[in-house]
Formats: sequence, structure tokens, C-alpha cells
Amino acid sequence: MNDLHRLTIHEAHALLKDKKVSSVELTRSVLKNLEAVDSKVRACMRLTADTALESAAAADKAIARGKASVLTGVPMIIKDNMCTKGVTTTCGSKMLENFIPPYDAHVVEKLKAANAVIVAKANMDEFAMGSSTENSAFFTTHNPWKLDCVPGGSSGGSAASVAADETIYALGSDTGGSIRQPAGFCGVVGLKPTYGRVSRFGLVAFASSLDQIGPITKDVTDCAIVLNAIAGHDKRDSTTVPLGVPDYTRALTKDIRGLRVGVPREYLVEGMQPGVRKAIEAAIIQFEKLGAKVDRKVSLPNTRYGLAAYYILAPSEASANLARYDGVKYGYSYRDTTSMWEAMEKTRQFGFGAEVKRRIMLGTYALSAGYYDAYYLKAQKVRTLIRQDFDKAFDSCDVLVTPTSPTVAFKIGEKADDPVQMYLSDVCTLPINIAGVPGVSIPAGFADGLPVGLQFIGKHFGEETLLRAAHAYEQATPWHTMKPAIA
Amino acid sequence: MQLTDEEVRHIALLARLGISDAEVEKFRNQLSSILENMDILQQVDTSGLEPTSQSVALENIYREDETGPSLPVTEVLSNAPAQEDNSLKVNAVLE
Amino acid sequence: MKHQCDTDILSGVVKYETVIGLEVHSQLLTVSKMYCSCSADYASTPPNTHVCPVCMGLPGVLPTINRRAVEFTVMTALALNCSIPEHAKFDRKNYPYPDLMKGYQISQYDKPMSVNGYLVIDIEGRKKKVGITRVHLEEDVAKLLHRTTPEGESYSLVDINRAGMPLMEIVSEPDMNSPEEARLYLVKLRSILQYLGVSTGNMEEGSFRCDANISIRPEGSKEFLGKVEVKNMNSFRAVYRALEFEEKRQREVLDTGGRITQETRGWVDEKGITVSQRSKEYAHDYRYFPEPDLPPLAFSREMVEQVRAALPELPEAKYDRFVSGYSLTPYDAGLLTDSRPLANYFEECVGLAGKSGGEKDIAKKAKTISNWLLGDFTRLLNSSNTRIEASNIKPWHLVEMFDLVDRGTLSGPLAKTVFEEMFSSGKTASAVVAERGLVQISDSGELAIIVDKVIADNDKAIADYRAGKEASLTFLIGQVMKASRGKANPAVVRKIIVDKLGGN
Repeated sequence: MNDLHRLTIHEAHALLKDKKVSSVELTRSVLKNLEAVDSKVRACMRLTADTALESAAAADKAIARGKASVLTGVPMIIKDNMCTKGVTTTCGSKMLENFIPPYDAHVVEKLKAANAVIVAKANMDEFAMGSSTENSAFFTTHNPWKLDCVPGGSSGGSAASVAADETIYALGSDTGGSIRQPAGFCGVVGLKPTYGRVSRFGLVAFASSLDQIGPITKDVTDCAIVLNAIAGHDKRDSTTVPLGVPDYTRALTKDIRGLRVGVPREYLVEGMQPGVRKAIEAAIIQFEKLGAKVDRKVSLPNTRYGLAAYYILAPSEASANLARYDGVKYGYSYRDTTSMWEAMEKTRQFGFGAEVKRRIMLGTYALSAGYYDAYYLKAQKVRTLIRQDFDKAFDSCDVLVTPTSPTVAFKIGEKADDPVQMYLSDVCTLPINIAGVPGVSIPAGFADGLPVGLQFIGKHFGEETLLRAAHAYEQATPWHTMKPAIA
Repeated sequence: MQLTDEEVRHIALLARLGISDAEVEKFRNQLSSILENMDILQQVDTSGLEPTSQSVALENIYREDETGPSLPVTEVLSNAPAQEDNSLKVNAVLE
Repeated sequence: MKHQCDTDILSGVVKYETVIGLEVHSQLLTVSKMYCSCSADYASTPPNTHVCPVCMGLPGVLPTINRRAVEFTVMTALALNCSIPEHAKFDRKNYPYPDLMKGYQISQYDKPMSVNGYLVIDIEGRKKKVGITRVHLEEDVAKLLHRTTPEGESYSLVDINRAGMPLMEIVSEPDMNSPEEARLYLVKLRSILQYLGVSTGNMEEGSFRCDANISIRPEGSKEFLGKVEVKNMNSFRAVYRALEFEEKRQREVLDTGGRITQETRGWVDEKGITVSQRSKEYAHDYRYFPEPDLPPLAFSREMVEQVRAALPELPEAKYDRFVSGYSLTPYDAGLLTDSRPLANYFEECVGLAGKSGGEKDIAKKAKTISNWLLGDFTRLLNSSNTRIEASNIKPWHLVEMFDLVDRGTLSGPLAKTVFEEMFSSGKTASAVVAERGLVQISDSGELAIIVDKVIADNDKAIADYRAGKEASLTFLIGQVMKASRGKANPAVVRKIIVDKLGGN
């Protein structure tokens, strides 16, 4: 069978279960395509082809014994900020270029238990700080739809690999839009679950109160399948909630009649690309056709403060989270001195890239004596307001719909020297992290030949309704079936 | 908010980031420009509001006081930049 | 009444008073570490063997809160009369250092687990309250071992075993006015922690550590003349000596027209001085902020009352009971109750002795037991560096020995010898007595033979006795004891001599 790499999880699983295809065949097909296109896309940080084929063989045995879960034997890619025992986990940083974790992240444990087949670790912006993967210390990933454009970030490698069929699905992490924005740029589905839904144990921390792991997939059904597998309480992550995990695939009924869909006006921002606006307007019409009640008056008035609050809160937490990289225990270590302090400072000077240093400085400043109240505390209070905005909106709406990003993918290098412009590409996604609610980006058309992402926002732990709405829209539109011609 | 060179150097010192003169210049400009965008927050009336530091309202999440496995010492040191006698080795800490 | 520095009153110079506050860090006796499940029994194991991804601060790890450590802290806070707020939280304290694995310490800043308590010390017969500002929970850091190569190049080794040990911080108000008050505070605090079973209180091993803030000011004044923080004190004696030194040093600086610099000084025990620890090349700005990885704590009033109800008897209550119930002197009761193991041992002995005898002479027995415990037993424990719980002599051993003395089987003087043998061998008193033939001789016939020989050999003493020198009688009894190698019953010997010499 040709083009196995183009399958979704549910399609692949059907074939594997019926033994029409083996996991080894499927994995070979994925690896073959990966090798063919990744020299152009450059989504992968590290291939794990050998162990992938071993896992595939083990998965085939499990399938033969009738012990197959839906992810068994299905190839996947992991963002390189999730710890994989015995496999380098670089976080896109020179600091961790040779770091080999002695343990698996919680989500990796779960995937391994399901006999998933890990084919690669994905490229990313250094320590997940960025919106384009240009901040990777090693190389920039290219958008499979237009190779001179960025794939978005920070999970740009994960999103590009799914769009380019280098994998069946991938995991990303999202602190301010790092799953949804690249999913939008690459025309795939990317979900940031509710904060506390998926364990962060083993996810290299960027901003602990905002980080969340989520799936990047080819359709919404796959997204629900992966969420089923990775969600749930983990006693090693005290911020995961002890709630049961429903079968999210059962929520995908396609029936959204009467569903109250809010389109918050603050998200139809100035500076939004006309093609993006057009796609959103078309989506609204589509919802009405599907019987949903669209409310265009709903307001999240504090949205305009989101960006500023985010760029205080996230860097502040990051400044502490990244303090452990001191050249003592692991990672890059500057040794050409006898001074302990000089070694530590130079390790961090040479081990971190510019954006990481910028954010460490910003966070250190916002927390420092004399500025804490004006910056950090103020941002935390604004966080309360933003959260309240969402609570209020969800009194009258079941889901909210916004563009994922004000623009489609931009050119590589276009914003690289202007941090403020770069930060603006997350303006629609980061309030969702601030509030801790779930958000998913799905393909909603094209502008200038590049995918437009549509973001759905749900209530806390409202992933079922969220995915039901996204799925109904997806099934009524052709966008998710379109594939880039990589050239 | 315009930062001075001294402030930039002080922040770098607190963060234990080595910083070249060129970086001082660059970060001063960039951070100042970012901080200007933060000034919008000062317009918000936050009186009477509690700060939010976590978005999930959990409380009293404990681990029972029981022991679990530790790593073999070889794994503790497997990524160590320098080691001696089963310990990490660093430049003299006493100055 | 404030303690005054002994300035010369006649010379008319300013009188100063000393103001001391103490900050104690105590490791807690939990089974596992504060934020991970590595064994907390770190001290006796080789370097870096009690280490996991969490306590070594690997990328991606998250902390979890040890329930028992929280309970221990609440217990301590209640025993120190603190109030427990409804809510508490953990914060990150940022200060990169090679012994701090994450580059920040998970501690507590503006919402600690307890505030506003006090502890009472006895100073020269009066009671004094020392305020407790707060008791909170944090984590210990790794151990650094400093080495120098033969070529003179120095470096440090990092052992992560200690990193992440639960550490309880107890901060006092600046309510102490002399080194002696500070010492008494520490002794009292340690005994409370030991009574609660939350800490070994061992200062030498570093599981109980103390930093001090000391300043002096003109008596009656409210101003502070530069607070000095003193560190590196590794024993109660060191705390006392360091504060005494610092008190004197600061007074001399002021008397000679100098100013006290606010600084940190380290105690150098060998030299008996404090030295300035150069304000490090880096200014401290801890940039505390709420720990995002740990949800806050909420203490229901029911939970607090349950912990309060379950508190064990504390040293003060025990002391009162020892004085009123056993008629011990306040001094003895104080010594016994300073250490929970010693007090427990004492009570076990009294309980056993009470069973074998009547209740009426319990005070007499308690006195005997107290004398032995505070005398020979303590001396032997100290000289052999043994903890009382680990001693060969168990309470029933000791009570059996008293029983032999009471029944006349063992003489008082020989008991000491027997006790030493028991201490080293772990044998019972009766076994030692039997093996070494130390049964007391009370038989008049047998003793009369020895007495006759002593009388025959000591003409001068006999003459003195007859001339009315009572001391000679004691001498003669002593000679008989010696001749019997201590086995003679002294009371019987006395009677025989008096009878034979026809005295009073």
C-alpha cells in the first residue's frame, strides 16, 4: 500500500487492527517520506529510526496478541522539550545539546505503554520561547506550504512534521500559543488542553503556570484520540486535577445545533490580514448553517492587556525555571576559568541564545526589588481580570471562536530582529493560557496560499464541547484534507 | 520605561548572565521598548483584585511520606560536565 | 528588666543593652525528602546515592509536598503557641549557587504556615517570653566539599544527598538580651522539637542550625545601631561564645567612637572570634514569587484542633509534673526534662520501681533514680559518647539493681562497680554480682572475724575512738570494707565494732 504516511491515526489503527498493514510497514513508509522531505522542511531535531522499528515490531506482536490500543504501532514525533530516557532532549538549546535524560516524561511513559512508535524528536524554538522556530539554536524549520516561510513556533517542528506527513501525529507544548499558532500556520489541528489536564512531569519548564502539553494531528478525531491517551491525573504533577478522563472521541457527534458560539469582537483586531478575516467570516456563516447560535457581541474587554501581562508573567517564571542551567550538573559548561561565578555566568552567556536571555532579563527585572508590584503583581491581577472575562463570556456561550493568529505564516527572517512584532503573532492565543482554558486551532481555509487557523476556546475542562464544535466545523469543510506539495 | 546601562548590567548580574558591552547596548534598547509596551498595564484599575498565580483552584495536594527509588549514582552523574569521587566537580566555591 | 552589658557604672559611660534574635533551621525527621520520595536518611550513605531527577533539579521535574513535613511544622508551630493561618503557600526564593540544584529554593515568603508565637525561658529564676515571628517550611541544599590539589589548585565537590531535605525555619523576635538567654532559648526550642519527635536537634551533625542577629543600643533607646548577623556556629557553646564575643566587640567599637556596620560575620571557633564575611560580590535580591508548581495549603480549624489535641506532653508540663508528682528539685527536674529521651527513661524507671515497691516511697525512689541518671549514668554516657536510648542498660536493668541494694544483696559502694560492668557488658546486676562474687556479707559471725583482725591491727584508731574521736569509727568501718573487698554490709559492721569496743 502506498502513501501510508498520509494516514490519520484512526485510519492507520483500522488497518493495523485488521492486520491489513503492519506497524513495521507503516513505520517504514513514514520514515521513507520523512527522509525524503525533511531535508527541505527540517522539522526533526533527531531521528530515532532504529528504536522506532524495534517499537514497531513490538507493536505488531502486541497487535497479534490482540493487545492493541488505538495508538499501538502508530508512528509519532515528540517535541524536543519532553524528556525521553536515553535520547537527547535539547530543548532547541546549545545548553542541552548533549543532555540525555535518565527518565521519561509522563506523556512519554504513557505513549510507550501504548506501544506508540517514536520516530523523531522535533525542532523547536529554544526553551519554547518563540513563534517561528527561528530561535532554535540548531536550524530553522520551514513551512511545508511555502518553504521560505516559518512554520510558527515554538512547536514548529511538530506542526511542520504533521503537515508534511513525516509522522502520523506529534506532541507539542503550548505556553502562549506554541501548539495552536504553528498548527494554524501549517494547516493542521493543534490542541492546548485545559491547564491541569495533562501532566507536565518531564516537560522542560518554560512558564510553569502556563505550560501545557497537547496533540498536533491531521484531524480533530485524532486530536481526541491523543488527548484520551495523555490526559489524566499524575501524582508527580500537583497541578493536574484528579478528574476522570472521558472518551473524547464520543463527543464528536457532528451535532452542534443550538450550540452557543461566541465571536469575541476584541479578537477581530486591527492589523489582521484581510484573508484571515475573510476565513473567519466564512466560518461564522458555516456555524450558522450547522445550526449553531452565533453571538457576535460577546466581549472579552481585557484582551488588550493580555500581551503585556503575558510578557511579564511568562518571563518571570522562566527566569527561575532556567536558573538551573549553571554548568554544574548537566549541559553546556564553560570551563576555561578558575572562578566559580565566572564559569556560571559564561556558561549562561554562551549556552543561551538571544531570545532566551532577553526573557530571562525581562523576568528578572519584573521580579526585582522595587519593580515587583508595578510589573509582576500588577500582571497577576490583570490575569485575574482576563480570567473573569472568560468566565463571564462562558455564561452566555458554549465555545468562543477567534482567528488563531492575526496573519498567516510570515517569511523566515521577517520578524527575527523585532521581538515586539514577533510577540504580536501570539496575541490571539496567549490570553487562553493566562486563563488556563482549553483552545484548539483547526484549518479554516487559505490566504495567500498559506493556511489560516481558526481557534476554538472552551471552558475549563470543557474539551468535549470544544472538540465537538471543532469537529462539526471540520467535517463540514474540506480544509483538513488538503496537503502541501513540498517543493 | 528607559533602562540605563547600569540597570541592564545589574539585571544580568542578578540572573547570573554574562553580558558583553554590545549585548548591554542591544538589551537596553530591546528591553526598554518591550517595557514601554508593558506600561499599558498601569491603565488598568486592579484595586480590590486578588492576584492569580495558578489557573486551577487546587488546594492541599500532598504526597504521603514514603520513600521511592533514587537514581543509580552513575545516572546522577551521567550528564555531569566534570566529576570526581562520585560527586559533581565545580570551581572552588569559597572565594 | 533587661540584661545590661557590664559597663563601668562609675565612669559614667553609656550603658548598652543587647538585642538578639535567632533564626533556627531544623531538618525534620521524615522518611522521605521534602519535595520528592528519595530517602531522607542521607547522612550515612555514600555521596549522590539518595538522589532522583526531582532533587537534583533535572529539566522537566516537578515538586510534590510531603504531608508529614507539613504536619510536623504545624505541630511545632502549635507547640510554640503560634497561630495557623487559614491559607499558606510556597514561594520560590531565587539565588543561584552551586549547592542549590534548581537555582531557587522552594520556601515560604508572605504566607507562611504559622506566625506570632512565643516560647518561655527560665532566666535566673524568672520566666521570660521570647516571641516567635514565624515557623515555615523549606528545603535544604546540597553539601559542598572543598578540596585542594597538591599543586594548590582548589575546587569543590557537590554531594546532592542533602538537597531537598525538609527544613523547618523558626524565626524569633529580637527579644533576647544576653547570650545566656539565647542559649536557654535554643536549649528549650531543641527540647520542644525533640519532644514532638520532629527533629533530632543535633547541632554538631548540622540537623539543627542557628544563625543569630545581634545589635546593641543605649539602654532604653529604641534605635538599632547596625544589626550584625552571625553564622557558622556549630554547637550551643559556640552560639554562646560567639554572641558574647560579638556583644563585647560591638561595645568596644561604639566606645571608641566607631560605628557598627550592618554585615554578616562568621564565627571562627578555633580562634574564638567572629570575622566579617565580605559582603559577597553579588547583592542579594531573592525575587520571591509564588511557586506555580505547588497548589496552596488550606488549614481548616478542625485540622488545626486535631493536631493540637494530639500534641505530646511538652517539656514545661513534664517539668511541672516531675516537681509536683515526684518531689524532684526544680534543678533536677530541669535537667531531666531538657532531653526527652532522658525524661522518658526516668519515667520508665519510676514506673517499674513503683510496681515492685509501694507507692508511698515513690518520691524517695524517684530521687535515687534521678541521682543515678544525672550522676554516674550521664557520666558514662558522655564519656562513651552513647545516646541513652542506645545504652546497654535498659530501665529494668537499673531498677533490678536498686532492688538488690534495697534487699541488702548489693552494698551501696559496690553498686557503682556493678553498674559500670553492666554499662559495658549489658549484663543484669544480679548476673554481675553472682559472677564476681559481690554478694554483700551481712552475716555477723563472718563479719566479726574480719572486725577482730581490724581491731588487732589498728591500736591507734582504737585509742582515738575510746578517747571520743568519732571519726575513728568511720575509719575502722572503712578498713573492714576494704578487707572484705567492699562486700561487707556497712550497717552490720558498724554495730559489731560499736558492740566490741563498748561504745555508745
